[in-house]
Amino acid sequence: MSTTVWVSLANIFGVLGAAVLLAALLTWGERRLLGFWQDRPGPNRVGPFGLFQVVADMIKLFFKEDFIPRFADRPVFILAPTIVMASMLLGFAVIPVAPMVGVIDLNVGLLFFLAMSSMAVYSVILGAYASNNKYALLGGLRAAAQTVSYEVFMGLSLMGVVMMAGSFNLREIVLAQQGGWFILPQAIGFLVFFIAGIAESHRLPFDLPEAEHELTAGFHTEYSSMKFGMFFVGEYLSVILISALVTTLFLGGWLGPWLPPVVWFFLKTGFLVMIFVLLRAAIPRPRYDQLMQFGWKIMLPLALANLLATGGVLLWLG
Amino acid sequence: MIASQLRSMWLVFRHLFSRNATVEYPDEKPYLAPRYRGRIVLTRDPDGDERCVACNLCAVACPPDCISLQKTEDEDGRWRPEYFRINFSRCIMCGLCEDACPTYAIQLTPDFEMCEYDRQNMVYEKEDLLISGPGKYHDYSFYRVAGMSISGKDKGEAVNEAEPVDVRSLNL
Repeated sequence: MSTTVWVSLANIFGVLGAAVLLAALLTWGERRLLGFWQDRPGPNRVGPFGLFQVVADMIKLFFKEDFIPRFADRPVFILAPTIVMASMLLGFAVIPVAPMVGVIDLNVGLLFFLAMSSMAVYSVILGAYASNNKYALLGGLRAAAQTVSYEVFMGLSLMGVVMMAGSFNLREIVLAQQGGWFILPQAIGFLVFFIAGIAESHRLPFDLPEAEHELTAGFHTEYSSMKFGMFFVGEYLSVILISALVTTLFLGGWLGPWLPPVVWFFLKTGFLVMIFVLLRAAIPRPRYDQLMQFGWKIMLPLALANLLATGGVLLWLG
Repeated sequence: MIASQLRSMWLVFRHLFSRNATVEYPDEKPYLAPRYRGRIVLTRDPDGDERCVACNLCAVACPPDCISLQKTEDEDGRWRPEYFRINFSRCIMCGLCEDACPTYAIQLTPDFEMCEYDRQNMVYEKEDLLISGPGKYHDYSFYRVAGMSISGKDKGEAVNEAEPVDVRSLNL
């Protein structure tokens, strides 16, 4: 086989393997960070700094009873958790980690990402529907409405970046930021996309689909063992994916002085992941109607105004 | 509204640099005060005799009813428990038995590490409860100060006790 094949194989397994590994480690990292922010150490007993907590949790999940309720829709119930994992990992395929590092270089990379992140909602809805459980169904309904609403301006908020870079290709968007990161001219776009990203990955404060104080566990109420584990890892994958994408689109991707490009990419992504956890630690959950109002009455007009202003300025500059 | 959200995020973030409130227990033993209410013991008076006189006040005071005992009497007139049993799987370490005890016999100690795999092992008998010393009250001995006659000490012979008076002899 030629060297290019080996290089792309290494890229595929390297990037996707690192994504899954980091998502698993994030379960530990998040608990540690939440612990520090609540003046307690967090999980620190298993291995150095509690790092092997991930392994312990994994073993626990694998040895738990894999229970499928009799009233559940069996094939759909089994299929649902795989969708979120698959679509999130496919989303990682277009992320340009560094020059030469990255699975695929698509001309419609951004659209591909949007498509994949919308695919993930099927996982939640099908899982909720197949569970045949009212808490799950309510969670699924919320997830559907929330994802559809926030999807709208998630795409719109990115159009400013696309106009400025003149491309849907994520690599070209990064290279277009050599003169300056897009977070400055596209500050509104950045905010809107980040908030939509939180809603897309069902993270606090927008985790109403699984709001544990009212819906027990929402859409994954009936899931146990590794099926639940896949929903869990899928959520953390989407946190990393959104962070990586914000890095790529607004924070100049791998660009940065002194350090190698990969390190810059990981530093920026890690910082954003930390913001995700900080939001969870600090901000309470809104009511469901507040969530919808916030989306349609504030975020959507903001995204449209940003789109209009960016287009106007670009036309004026010629 | 947004300002207050950002402020709460900043305040939470600052806790990254503040000290943990956690005491990592098995590695780091917390300080327990001498009068901490932990495992219950039965003490002895300075002469080495059991202090308990089997009055049952502790068993009556006990909210979860975990103390059970039976009185018996020695040839020398002293009362003592025939058996004395505390079921520690019920005990709530409230210390009411210690407050109720007229002879300082039952006392709580600063020790709480008493896990067992078998529930039955949480039931302590008199042999398990008795310690060799006087506990928190070093010089107290009930029979030395009480006006109760036992062999070798008749009424009126206790510390600070006057001779008993026959009230019928007080007639004018």
